Amino acid sequence: MRLPEGAIAGRTPGGRGGPALAYVNARLLDPATGMDAPGGLVARDGMIADIGAHLAKAGAVAAQGIETIDLGGKCLAPGLVDIRVQLREPGDEHKETISTASAAAAAGGVTTMVALPNTHPAIDDAALVESVARIARETSLVRVETYAALTRGLQGKEMTELGLLAEAGALGFTDGTQATKDAQLMRRALSYAKVFGKPILQHPEEPTLSRGSMNEGEISTRLGLPGIPAAAEIMQIERDLRLAALTGGRLHIPCVTTAESLRAIREAKARGINVTCDTAAHYFALNELAVGDYRTFSKVAPPLRTEDDRRAVVAALKDGTIDAIVSDHAPHDQDSKRLPFAQAAFGTVGLETLLPITLELVHKGELTLLAALDLLTARPAKLLGLPSGRLAKGVHADFVVFDPDTPWKVEAKKLVSKSKNSAFDDRLVQGRVLRTVCGGLTVYKV
Amino acid sequence: MRAYNAALMSAVQLAPTRFRPRHLLGIEGLSREEITLLLDLSDSYVEQNRAREKKSTLLRGRTIINLFFENSTRTRTSFELAGKRLGGDVVNMSAEASSIKKGETMTDTATTLNAMLPDVLIVRHADSGAVKLLSEKVDCAVINAGDGTHEHPTQALLDALAIRRHKKRLEGLLVAICGDILHSRVARSNIHLLSTMGARVRVVGPPTLMPAQIERMGVEVFHDMKKGLADVDIVMMLRLQTERMQGNFVPSVREYFRHYGLDYQKLEVAKPDALIMHPGPMNRGVEIDSEVADDVDRSLIREQVELGVAVRMACLDVLTRNLLSNTEGNGK
Repeated sequence: MRLPEGAIAGRTPGGRGGPALAYVNARLLDPATGMDAPGGLVARDGMIADIGAHLAKAGAVAAQGIETIDLGGKCLAPGLVDIRVQLREPGDEHKETISTASAAAAAGGVTTMVALPNTHPAIDDAALVESVARIARETSLVRVETYAALTRGLQGKEMTELGLLAEAGALGFTDGTQATKDAQLMRRALSYAKVFGKPILQHPEEPTLSRGSMNEGEISTRLGLPGIPAAAEIMQIERDLRLAALTGGRLHIPCVTTAESLRAIREAKARGINVTCDTAAHYFALNELAVGDYRTFSKVAPPLRTEDDRRAVVAALKDGTIDAIVSDHAPHDQDSKRLPFAQAAFGTVGLETLLPITLELVHKGELTLLAALDLLTARPAKLLGLPSGRLAKGVHADFVVFDPDTPWKVEAKKLVSKSKNSAFDDRLVQGRVLRTVCGGLTVYKV
Repeated sequence: MRAYNAALMSAVQLAPTRFRPRHLLGIEGLSREEITLLLDLSDSYVEQNRAREKKSTLLRGRTIINLFFENSTRTRTSFELAGKRLGGDVVNMSAEASSIKKGETMTDTATTLNAMLPDVLIVRHADSGAVKLLSEKVDCAVINAGDGTHEHPTQALLDALAIRRHKKRLEGLLVAICGDILHSRVARSNIHLLSTMGARVRVVGPPTLMPAQIERMGVEVFHDMKKGLADVDIVMMLRLQTERMQGNFVPSVREYFRHYGLDYQKLEVAKPDALIMHPGPMNRGVEIDSEVADDVDRSLIREQVELGVAVRMACLDVLTRNLLSNTEGNGK
């Protein structure tokens, strides 16, 4: 990771090689252990050196001569682990780079991003996995991990070298925003990937049924837009659940959006099929009405669904069917979005709104604060076998300090991300990141 | 009482316009009063068009640009005549001849044309919502001459005018819109207009050409022509839009005509004085039998074309009146 502005290698308190730095007088929130109590922590050499209630009082470590930051009772939680981010580097650096995405992540309290391999070229070779890691080391403020392509060039034809890619550090395999049409290939991939213990991620849209541009129904009919039926999602998911059952392979379904899909996944989990899933913040915060008068920022894949589906997503977050909340950060420049709706690109940026949008569920009483944070930290980290997402002695000092109640208005043009295509533009939200620390160094501060 | 009436009449005459929208992007959202105003005004332009001297000076000094990103002969010509008969200067731009072919984006084209200070832009585009997007980029009034499968407001207005001139009313009529509803902007605009005016609307066509949840727009759905046409006052046929089809919606033209083509046999179940309409261009022998189409007693098809010019004059009239009431000119 690159050093944040003002930091000096080996010198800055909290960071690698530097002296210790204490954060005291915080409300410690650690979903992994269920901790929600006053306390503080000490960051040393990029790691958490000490943590607990004994650090609650300002002045707790003053005697030891450790530099201290008083957090004034604000929330301190593990840095968010966002397991679905599109970085656009290499290939589309005019939309986003690893560097600009990392700055957006830092502003959103995200300390680990897992990138989709749908770049140009696609990340379908071990050398490319290593090159992403190298660019991240040189330019990113936060941790960057990546998935690798499931098929060469995301063409859906030939399997990539899953073993070599896993060795190079790929956390899972996926063809990004398109589903693998070939059932035989998917079957073999699920089967073969078991050797390396990595999940196969499958975009939940049956390709031939999902050529439209928004959810199919009354709204698409009124707007004269080609629709994507909810059935396109459940069909893809049901096929892949059967293949997961057949092979015993590990399947992860990202961005689940419909009531029926969630019912199928709930049942599959109960039957013991090795499946996990996530949803993106926009699927529980918005419904198809957000498309309004052809708002292309609300054009996402899968599409925003009905109000009943949105409620089903909230219910599945509550009952544990959904394992993680992701941003599905998909930056697009003006030229890709200022187009007639059917021609516009799919996707919304989301790194900077992930926390406040998720906190809406807490403010509405749908989830406890710890349960909401669990879906953003410990559970996604565990899902991919990452050591982050928790607060404990000996783990990376990656954490976010925030005030869950501060009201603010999302203004797309003020976002840090290079692209400003936010589906939440103009939305009033509550909960603001005050400071983000990654590897013991402050990478964002209000 | 007489004094009261006189006061009322002068009030009506004094009101500069009751048509508030700056653009005409669709029928959805227009009130009954606004639609009636446009139809009444259109009636007066029908008279002007039938006179020997067809030209007036209402739009003298006004510039109208016909911007057609999608091919059209009749709609473009109709708008061009409408503008010229009101004394305006009309310029035609089509996709073939313009910089759109050279890769300029639609919004750039709009900004460029806007800089030339037109008063009205008339736009047709193959994508739903494109005309709305373009209208956000310009200072002049914009008329939607058809956007994708969304709306075609002037077509619905001319259809309503044709019906009203023959049936003397719209309220209470039973209208069947038949054929390719899925790809039809004409159907959507007509559904909005006719329901707003109190007519009952049926849509008739094969399930594959019926958009999802169309019944939520307040129409009755039929898949059988014999049932759908029963007792209707108006039969509105739609063109089978072969150029818009991305797959197999119907197996063959022959089969389509058998089930959904309008002929005298299917027409039997309609009211004896039912009238036949078609927005054109017709595919004879596909959605409509030639004899039916040319039946002078029942077919309004030729009259629809004539009334189209009057309706477009009325639209240009009200929108430019809005411009007048807002500013002296529209340069900045």
